[in-house]
This record gives sequence, structure tokens and C-alpha cells, in this order.
Amino acid sequence: MTPLRVSIFAAIAAAILLVTVFELMRSRRLQERYALLWLLTGVVVFVLAVWRGLLGWAAEVSGIAYPPSALFVLAAFFITVVLLHYSTVISKLSEQNTILAQRLALLEGRLGESEGGATTDE
Amino acid sequence: MPEQLLARTAQRGEGGAVGLRKIAIVPALNEERSIAAVIAEIRSADPEFDVVVIDDGSTDRTAAVAAEKGAVVVSLPFNLGIGGAVQTGLQYARDHDFDISVQIDADGQHDPGELPKLLVPLIEGEADVVVGSRFLGEKNYKAPMLRRIGIRIFARIVSTVVGQPLTDTSSSFRAYGRRAIGYFARDYPHGFVETVEATVIAARCGLRLKEVPVVMRQRVIGQSSLTLPLSIYYSIKVLVAVFVGIFRRNAYELKED
Repeated sequence: MTPLRVSIFAAIAAAILLVTVFELMRSRRLQERYALLWLLTGVVVFVLAVWRGLLGWAAEVSGIAYPPSALFVLAAFFITVVLLHYSTVISKLSEQNTILAQRLALLEGRLGESEGGATTDE
Repeated sequence: MPEQLLARTAQRGEGGAVGLRKIAIVPALNEERSIAAVIAEIRSADPEFDVVVIDDGSTDRTAAVAAEKGAVVVSLPFNLGIGGAVQTGLQYARDHDFDISVQIDADGQHDPGELPKLLVPLIEGEADVVVGSRFLGEKNYKAPMLRRIGIRIFARIVSTVVGQPLTDTSSSFRAYGRRAIGYFARDYPHGFVETVEATVIAARCGLRLKEVPVVMRQRVIGQSSLTLPLSIYYSIKVLVAVFVGIFRRNAYELKED
């Protein structure tokens, strides 16, 4: 069985995470689409911390002898997923950044051409 | 508000009973097969409407077809999602000083023949945002049951949050007056299924909402882009957004003009 203190500590940590994410969304510093994974992480960790029987069962099924370790494994799993998600987000952002820079440069070029009275097709 | 509109009309000295400047915003993603008909129908429903097509990163000939049909085409450099596209249209309407803008889907499911109905509450100064509802009046909206139930559930939740009975918060057939154009041009939800969130934002910042019954067509071309897992994801996202929206302060003070 999970020691009571571990459960309490984990539940408090999960609650702090949830409140922080909520406050960041409320103050418009975090968009929903990037908050969902954090909310899921917080909810799952909180549920497993409070529902100690479920954590014990999950640990037994996955062959983890000491139930609190299952909590750590789970937290590590979620952090990995969040990081992977951010990697895809960064990839997309850098691609869009390239497109924006190119479009801006081409626009400036066209603007310069028309201001300089050079030949344009308009 | 009506006095203001009338004053503007007089000021411009334009002919006709109503000299308001009106624009249809048509967000489009790969709709080359239906966009031409939509533009033509808007023109025949009300020739006073300007049309701006927001091409949200299409890879087909959507932009070219729309331009051939005489619409103004604003091409986004990459796909922003429907919310970002609509907001671009509202920014265009704000920058070009339009009094009324109507959002119309490019896939042909919104019947431009219903346009005049959407405009009435705006012209009479009863509302800032008018939503064409599929569930008011005659019930002839045919869609998969699961989707209909989803739409109704969102409408219920949003009605409670905004304290006004609403029947269709998922409808994207909407008309906006100047106040709404000004606010949404600066603060509009991004991504997909944005209308539910936009409804909450509108009510929270003091924009007046009104629904009018409209008949929508069956989707003629193309399939709905929503699969079941995506629907669930978007539903959760919207629910979270609505919940947070209750506690969120407004991004901007509503400007009276």
C-alpha cells in the first residue's frame, strides 16, 4: 500500500499544477490547446494519488513492487508526452516562421520595385 | 445605435433606404468546387454586399476561382484554422470601415437567400451579433444524431453561462455589427469549433446576441472534416475554454463609436 504521506504530497502537487495551469489560461498566458495535456497530467496524477486502491492495482498489473514508483513512472510518461508534443509544435512554428520571413521579404521587394518606379506588372 | 446608423447613412448621402456598407466574409479551405456558386449567390441575394474570401492555406484553385468571380481574396501564408481566418476577415472589415459583416461558409451549406433575415436585428439596432439558428422555427436540419445532440448540449451549457436562452451556438452563419467587428478583430478564439467560445466572449464583453431561424442546406460537396476522436478532442477543448472563459477578464474594453 502507498504510504499516506506520499498520497497527500502527490495530491497537493497535482492540485498546485492544476491551479497554476488554470490561472495561466485565465490570464491569457496559456492557450487551451497547449493546456490540455497539462490538465490531463494533473487530473490523472491527482486521481491516482487520492484513489490509492487504483494506484495499487495499476502497480501490481505493471509489475511495479512499490506503488509510489508507479506514480513516478506515470509522471515521467506524461512529461515525455508533453515534451514530444512541444517538439512538434516548435517544428511547425519554425516552418511557419520561414514562410512568414519569405513572404515579408518578397513583399518588401515588390514594394521597393514599385516605389523605385521599376517595372512591375501592376 | 439605430440613430448612429441612420446618421452614418445620411452622412454618406448614398441612395437607397439603407446605405450601410456590407461585406460577406467567406473563409475557405480547398473549396474550389463550391466557392464560385457561393459568391454568385451572395451577389444575387444582395448586390450591395462586398465579398472577401479568406483563403486559409488552400492547395487547390480556391483563391484563383474566387478572384475570377470578382471577390477580394486575402490569402493567408499558411493554415490558421477557421477562427484565425474569420478574424482576418473581421480585421479586413474593420480596416475598410464596413458597418455590417456576415460570415458565410464556402461549402454552400449556408443559403445566402437567408442573408436579409440576419441583417434585420442589426439594422434595427437590437443586436451586435446575429446567429442563424438551425433549431429555431421549422425543424428541418438533417445531420447525424450524435452531432445534433452535441450541438444541443453546447447550446444548453452556453445558455447557462451567458444567461440567455440560445439554441444553436455551433452555427457559423453569423452577422456582426460595428461593435462586434471592432471587438472580434482584436479578440477572437482560434482553431476549430470557435463559435461556441466566441458566443461566450461576446456575452462577457457586453455584445448583444440574437438568434434568428435559418434553413441550412445539406452539405453538397465534400465531407465533414470531423472524425469521432477529433470531435471528442474539440468538445473537451471547447468545454475547457468555456469554463475558463467564465473567469477570464476581457482582453479589451469594448469601444463605442
